Order: sequence, then structure tokens, then C-alpha cells
Amino acid sequence: MLKLVINRLVQAIVVVFALVSFTFFAVRLIPGNPFVNEKAIPEHILEQTQAAYGLDGNWITQFGIYWKNVLVEGDLGPSLSLYGRTVTGIISESFPVSLMLGLLALVMGVGVGLPLGALAALRRNGIIDYASMIVAMAGICVPSFVLGPLFQMYLARNIDWLSVAGWERPSDIILPAMALGTGVAAYVARLTRGGMLEILSQDYIRTARAKGVPPLTIVVRHALRGAVLPAVTYLGPAFAAIITGSFVIETIFQVPGMGQHFVTAVTSQDYFLLQGLVMFYGLLMAAANLSVDIALAALNPRLRAKS
Amino acid sequence: MLRHLVASGLLILSLVSCQKQTQVERANEEGILILGNSNEPKGLDPHLVSGVLESNILHSLFEGLCSLHPSDDGTALPGAAERWESNDDFTVWTFHLRPEGVWSDGYPVTAGDFAFAYERILSPKLAAQYASMLYFIKGAEAFNRGETDDFSSVGVEIVDDFTLRLHMRGPIPFLPEITKHYTWYPVPKHAVLRHGSMDDRFTDWTKPGNLVSNGPFTLKSWRVTHHIEVEKNPRYWDAGRVTLNGIRFLPIGNTYTETRMFLDGQLHATYTIPPEMIEYARERMPEMLRQEAYVGTTFLRCNTERAPLDKPGVRRALALAIDRESLIENVLQGGQKPATGIVPPFGGYDPPGDLAFEPEKARELLAASGYENARGLPSIELLTTDRDVSRRIAEALQAMWKQHLDLEVRIVQREWTTYLQRQQDGDYDIAYGGWIGDYLDPTTFLEMWKKGDGNNNTNWSSPEYEALLAKAELTADPDARYQVLAEAERVLIGETPILPLYWYTTNYLIRPEVKHWNPLLLNHHPYKFIRLEP
Repeated sequence: MLKLVINRLVQAIVVVFALVSFTFFAVRLIPGNPFVNEKAIPEHILEQTQAAYGLDGNWITQFGIYWKNVLVEGDLGPSLSLYGRTVTGIISESFPVSLMLGLLALVMGVGVGLPLGALAALRRNGIIDYASMIVAMAGICVPSFVLGPLFQMYLARNIDWLSVAGWERPSDIILPAMALGTGVAAYVARLTRGGMLEILSQDYIRTARAKGVPPLTIVVRHALRGAVLPAVTYLGPAFAAIITGSFVIETIFQVPGMGQHFVTAVTSQDYFLLQGLVMFYGLLMAAANLSVDIALAALNPRLRAKS
Repeated sequence: MLRHLVASGLLILSLVSCQKQTQVERANEEGILILGNSNEPKGLDPHLVSGVLESNILHSLFEGLCSLHPSDDGTALPGAAERWESNDDFTVWTFHLRPEGVWSDGYPVTAGDFAFAYERILSPKLAAQYASMLYFIKGAEAFNRGETDDFSSVGVEIVDDFTLRLHMRGPIPFLPEITKHYTWYPVPKHAVLRHGSMDDRFTDWTKPGNLVSNGPFTLKSWRVTHHIEVEKNPRYWDAGRVTLNGIRFLPIGNTYTETRMFLDGQLHATYTIPPEMIEYARERMPEMLRQEAYVGTTFLRCNTERAPLDKPGVRRALALAIDRESLIENVLQGGQKPATGIVPPFGGYDPPGDLAFEPEKARELLAASGYENARGLPSIELLTTDRDVSRRIAEALQAMWKQHLDLEVRIVQREWTTYLQRQQDGDYDIAYGGWIGDYLDPTTFLEMWKKGDGNNNTNWSSPEYEALLAKAELTADPDARYQVLAEAERVLIGETPILPLYWYTTNYLIRPEVKHWNPLLLNHHPYKFIRLEP
């Protein structure tokens, strides 16, 4: 197990370094520059601005200075689009919001998706199965930019303690979490159903039934554990994606999270912010994948034996 | 079981919903104005920002020598200066600061703060994008370009603590207007230097807790992409007039969300309204919909070095083949006005342009330029942004040119920075563009078409045009000056390096309890006069 962890950690470091380095050059290849404005900037001002941000040297020098600052001083650099803000400051202010929203969405998604999927498998080809799978399919297909406005118009406008958008009251988290969690619930339901159907046809379940184990115990104790494996595999990367925020959800519900910075950092060519976000996301993704590996090993005796 | 759950859930819902009070109603009781403000501001340092949404926040915090009038943006009210005078030819202006004026931390606002501010924004190392707004001052441009590092060569003179004298590069009769712009605000020397050097971009002086200001409000809190809150400044010299206890600025980039929030009672006023919702608002809540003239012009730039746009006749033909009324009525739907020239009408300035929809004449002009029925015309590209409304405008123009001139135009959409960069590199045939006036004077729209100006980008220049602008700069009499400027605009529109489309309007929603929010051409509403009267 330790070997697996160390192995994965080394891989993660290499991948994140490559990812950030690729981003470093890719974002600089976009035509234009971070300071281009509708009102033209005089040449001498542009040069001074680039000098102030250390963007006047060649790319290789900038690349070296960037990694030196990151590794030696832990400094991810200043934002080029939000004056006076640092990348670290922006991430530390917006990530907790996305984390909270993402966790609630995941809890809602898993809380609804898991029982729904299990129930559908147990009532295979019954009304419950068809109904829940249609709902799940709809949840996967209807994008959040459709779902969000629908929630705003039909729930928020009619229920007074729900706001259309904003991040002022505790209840403001509900609608964005529902919009974000619906897709998760749908995926989890479908994956759990598939996993459950496979497990239910296994010999050891038949053995348990033959021995007269009560049906509920079979499902909870013996079947569910194996049935959630596909869902767990999906939830690792989904977890990292969800807790880093969603541009669509954040702009529709006016949530001050991290997702919108991914998009605005690209459109405003905020080099440092984009590199910082990619690094943060890469590290989270690596951590999530590692956790999935560990969780799968814990859940699945066959994997444990191999490692 | 399930039925019980649902029933009790509904019961709880209905109980909670009895305590109905919208956020706006609560804010009315607290005296807080809640405004949609488009996007996250780039910053709150008046010397570093250059946008409209930053300006909306900054004029609640700071006050220039002169201040905004609540209903007439051509009038400058006393601000940090209680009175001012100029010499006969408007080349030297003297401002008398009010002795009781203090910063929000109690320090007096002095002429030294203004001189410090002007030196700071003009410092080459600070690299202020909008330093050129101060080029009206003698010697300012040379100092900003680093040709001298001696600020005493710039025409900013501290006569005494409360008297500031400015020496201009020529007659500037409209200087009091200009001093209302945020680039002309004072900054607190003591507070800026406490957090870093004068020309350092990366200091913390604008953070909540650090920001010291001299306007009707002070900064209370600032969370990125969440909100900015300002609260009443008890030390403001005119605090007795301020009835709002605070303002919340919400950076709502999604205009549909903004409108829904307004309808749900979360905002007093929106920043804008999506074009397709204007009709809905006009029918359902006409008392809340505002459509007001705004000093801005949308136009198309022509790259006058590329055939066939190097021929003035072709450019004019394109301009005359645009049915602006139809564009406004069918595509924009925001009550914009067809533009006959580049400078929108305001005050005493009468736009001299004569562009109208004359398809017959357009065909004749095209034929006279050697392209009868558009035969032999090289292909033309129309560069525009990736926004939805830009595409619709471009498609309408494409169709008009096809219908009236039988001309094929290809639409090229690019995302914002690429679109801007291609224009600045001169890599386009025709490009969609817009310009918003910074102050009420035609020069804010005319100066940019000089040779070599960073905003020209058309490769067009005219010695005659520039001679007229230079003449206007030396003309002290305001009426005569406007006539010279109108003459210059006539030259510009006559050669048509740009094809004016429409003059802006602002379209937004505002609740009836917000009083003294009057139509203003520059759309800078002075918050100190605003009252909430539910």
C-alpha cells in the first residue's frame, strides 16, 4: 500500500509540473496580451506595466523565475486582471465557497443517487426502475444552465426564503447545490444500478439467499459494498471537479466561488492566475485519484490482495 | 409515511414563507442601496483602473476638485474645492480647497494630496493606463513618457495648503468637467506611503481597513466576485446631505441572473437589461424600466490601407447602405439613436454629420469608385467579438450590404482580447467598435482619430482634420471652439474612415423608491443625493 502511495505521489508531481508548464506556454501563445484594453494603452505604459509584472524578459527566463518563486518562496504571483490581488489570495478566498457548495452537492447527489440506483436494480424492469432511470437520464442530459434558471423561476420566485441568486443567507446554498448535485445523483444512480445488477447475479449472493439470509441484510451487507465500486471510481475525479467550482453555476447563482476564475483567467489572459488554478486543480485531482485508489483497495478484497 | 413527510414539508414551507421580507425591503429600512454592477472591478485604485464599473464604485469613495451634479452632468458642483477661477484664456486654473475637508481618517485634504496624486498617476513606473487624461496639464505628457523626471516641470503648483494652481497646455475651458473624472481624484499621500512607495502597483492601500477616502462613503468590505460594501463617511464635508447609510455593489456578470434578482426583490437597480427582456419589462413594469441617452457611439472601423476600403467612395457607400433604424428596431431594441456622426449630441454641440440610409446613392458611389454592382470587389471581412449581440449586428449588416449593394461580407468572430489585438495590429478589413465619452466634450470622441493615436487603428489621417483640432485647442471662446470641432468632425465623416452605427442608450431597471436617480448622459449618479423613499 505504501509503495502504491509513493508511486502515485511521484506520478502526481510530474503530471502537475507538466500541466502547469504546458499552461504557462499555451496561455502566452493566445494572441493579444493581458493588458490589452478597449482603450489603447500607449506603448510606453504597456512596457512599464509588463516590466512591473516581470513579463518583459523572454519566456524561458520568465518560466525559470516563475518556478523559482513557486518552489522557493511559495509565491504563485500577482493576478494580472485584479490589481493588488495575489493568486494565493484569490484561491484562498474563493475555494472555501466552492468546497462548501461542492460538498453539499455531493452529499445530495450521493444521498439521492445511491438509494435510487440500488432500488432500481432491485426492482429491475419494474416501474420504479424505469421511472428512476428516466429521471437519471434527464439529470444527465439537462445541462445545469437550463436547470439553474428553471430552479430560479419556479422555486425561488415561489418560495420566499429561497433567493434567486446571491450568497448572503444560509439558504442561498440550496439551489446551486441542487443544480450541481442533480448531475451527480443521476450518474451515481446509473452506476450503482449497473454495479448492483452485476453483484446480484453473483454466486455468493445466491449462496446467501439459499442460506436464508434476510433480503435487506443481503443488499446492505453483501451487495451494496461491491455495487458502489463503479460509483466510487466516478466520484473521485467528480469530487475534485465539483469542489473547485462550476463557472455556469456560479454565474447563474452569483456564487463567489472558484469556478468562474478558471474562465475569466483565460479570457482576460491572467497568466499567473490561470497557472495557479491549474496547479491547484491538478494537485486536487491527483489527491482525489489517490484517495479513490485507496478506497477501492479497502472496499475490494481482490485489489487489496494484488497490491 | 411519504405522504406525511410531504405534508409536513409543505407546512414548514408555508410557515417560513409567511415571514416575507425581501432583501430590498430590509435594505430600505437600513438605508442601504443595492446595485448590480456588472463584474468584479479590476481594483479600487483610481490611478490603475480604466473602466465604467470601477468608476461607479470610486465616485462613492472619492471626490475630485469638482463633483457631480444630480441632474445635469454638464455642470460641475463644488467638491473638494469650494470655488475655482481661471485666467481669461483658460490656460491657468486656480482651485481653492475647502479648509474643513478631511480624509476619512481625519487628516486634512490638502493641495499637497492633489499634487501627490497627479505626480503618482503620471509616474512612468506606476504605468497608469489612463494617465493621458492628465495630459491637459502642461508638461504632463513629457513627464509621463519619462522624458524628464523633474515633476516641477509639470504645471501643478501648490500655492498653499488649500490652494492648487494648474497650468494647462492650452485653453481648457472645460477643466472643471474633467476634474470630476476618477483619474483626477486626490489620493491620501500619508495613507498611500504607509503601505508602499508612491509608484508601487502592488501595495495594500486600497484594501478594506486601509483605504482612506474623501468622498461621501468609505470602504466597508470587499470580497472578490461577491460584493463591495461602502458605508456613510461621517467626516465628509457634506455629510448632512447624505441620507444613504451605505451601498452594496454586486458584481453580477450574468445579465439574466441580474434581471431575475431584481424581479425577486434583491436589487434596487440593475446595471443593464438583456435586449430580449426589454419588451417584457416595458409591458409588465414600465415604471421601472429606464432607457436613457448615454454618451457613447458604436461604429465600424475601416482599415483604409486595404483595398477596396482605401477608396473613400466605397467606405461612404457602405455607410449609406446601412439601415440604422431597422438595426435598432429589430436587433438592438434598446431605443438607441441612429448615428449620423461620431460625436453624440449633447449640450451646445450640434453633430454636423449627414449620414443617412440612402441605398440608391450608395450604389452610385460604389459604381463611381469602379465597382458597379459590386463587380470586381475584393472580399471583405467584418471582424467582431464573440458576443451574441455582436453576431446579430454583424449578420444584419451583412444582409443589408448584400441586399443594397450586392456585396459579400464575411463575418469573423474572435474572443475579446484577440479581437482587440487584431484591431490594434491593423489586421482587419472592417471592425466593430465602440467608444464611451469620459467627459462632456467633443474632443473625447475626436482626438482619437489623429495620426498615430493608439485608438485610431484605421490608418486614416488627415492634416486638415488635425489642423482643425489644433485650432480648437487654441480657441478660448466655447461656442467658436465647438464650431471648429464640428468642422473637424465634418472632415472626418466626409472621408468616412469609420461608419457610425448608433448612439448609445442605457437600459436598466430601477425601483420606484430610489429618488433623485436622474437621467444623466455620462451615467454617473452622485450617490450623496440619492434617497430611498419606500
